[in-house]
Amino acid sequence: MKRFLSAAAFFAGLVVLWEVLVRLHLWSPVLVPSPLTVGQYLLGAIEDGTLLDASAVTLKRLLFGYLFGIVLGLPLGLLTARFKVCQDTLGLLALGLQTLPSVCWVPLALIWFGQSESAMFFVVVMGTLWSVVIATDNGVRSIPPIYARAARTMGSKGLHTWVKVMLPAALPFIVSGMKQGWAFAWRSLMAAEIYVTILTGFGLGHLLHYGRELNAMEQVIGVMLVIVVIGLLADKVMFSPWERFLHRRWGTQGK
Amino acid sequence: MTVQTELANVTPSKLSVGEISKRFESKRRVVQALDRVSLDVAEGEFVCLLGPSGCGKSTLLNIIAGLDSADSGTLLCDGKPVSGPGRDRMVMFQEHALFPWLDVMDNLLFGLKLKPGLSNTEREEVARFYLRLVGLEKFAHANIHELSGGMKQRVALARALAPNPRILLMDEPFAALDALTREQLYGDIQRIWQERKKTIIFVTHNVREAVCLGDRVVLFSPHPGRIAEQFRVDLPRPRDINSVTLAQLSTQITKALKGHLGGQEEVGE
Repeated sequence: MKRFLSAAAFFAGLVVLWEVLVRLHLWSPVLVPSPLTVGQYLLGAIEDGTLLDASAVTLKRLLFGYLFGIVLGLPLGLLTARFKVCQDTLGLLALGLQTLPSVCWVPLALIWFGQSESAMFFVVVMGTLWSVVIATDNGVRSIPPIYARAARTMGSKGLHTWVKVMLPAALPFIVSGMKQGWAFAWRSLMAAEIYVTILTGFGLGHLLHYGRELNAMEQVIGVMLVIVVIGLLADKVMFSPWERFLHRRWGTQGK
Repeated sequence: MTVQTELANVTPSKLSVGEISKRFESKRRVVQALDRVSLDVAEGEFVCLLGPSGCGKSTLLNIIAGLDSADSGTLLCDGKPVSGPGRDRMVMFQEHALFPWLDVMDNLLFGLKLKPGLSNTEREEVARFYLRLVGLEKFAHANIHELSGGMKQRVALARALAPNPRILLMDEPFAALDALTREQLYGDIQRIWQERKKTIIFVTHNVREAVCLGDRVVLFSPHPGRIAEQFRVDLPRPRDINSVTLAQLSTQITKALKGHLGGQEEVGE
């Protein structure tokens, strides 16, 4: 409760500061709208459904691309950790591509797939995949070899060892890799939505883009706020429970 | 199979190590870890392998466990050649090697689940039996990191005993514990050895520990790893590590050990 109050007070303070700066008329209200106009835009956009629709479209794209990236990335990471030849080939590729900012995939996706959902999907997958591969690879490599030895003496081998020992032992790394993958997926999708204008679905990125086209700063700022809130919620809902579980089991963080 | 028959004592194995050699090669040098080592262990015997680090005693234990393979020589367990790890030979390592993603109970169940012929409720009953045996029945659902070092090794012992092996291989399992905890565990391991009728091979570099636990102390000398001398320990059990007779025998073995080393290396007493 105390933590909640201090957080609430902090953000209320930020809004007040914002309002005060606007009232000082340092900048044109076209460039810096007041919190009130942004709030009005958000309320209006919620009422007429544009905001929820856009969020739903965006989240659907994000989830599909993200899940696909994980499903593909986990086994690839296991392969690079297990086989030297995969490490020297696939591992190097993953390392290289991970350093490529995901927005750099957008031009290529546009030419390959046109202004389509496939282009979006491709960009999100590319944003997610490589960091998941690298996190899984790192995770498996940092497992103390004693676990696999102990498991072998108890009769575990082959697939059983991988599923029951290596994967859970690498879980802390995999979860942080998934979290990083999520962050990358989120960034790349926003970049894709801003660049790729398509008719099959109007996402948050598009809303942001049209806010700029229309010079509607309250829309730009309002949508940015929504993007931040969704990012925060995803962290709290999707990853915090896992992390709490891991910390409790592994005893890696204060109570 | 019922829980009763599962928990019944199995006959301990006899083990025969014949002329086993093992070399480790790296770019810089070649280490002859074991040089034609032969050793016979009787059913239910408690044998301590004693020597300074690098004398090959842990290598021999790993080969018996089936985790490593010998370059040459024979290894027979009850007359049958050993190839790879098996449930009849369980290992307890210096690090507890418990799985941190499982609680105490699930750690015990890990090996039991790989053992066919039992239902899950029977497996849990078996696991509880061994938790009671090491005095940790109240900690069935504790996380591993919540246990003290001594408790972790007790759980590791219970986990190694749970599949009812015929041989227990212990690789300096108490080396990382404080003296007081270690003394308690000496008592426990002697009691459990007598109750559960196991053949135990125990690796240590601590002379007193070896004398306190073993029916026989096998002295190794390094470079290359060979058996230098063997001592039979006929002191009555349960033995107390602080007893005078035990200390006298330890001194004698320490002297022998120093003799084999040519006084170059430190040995803990």
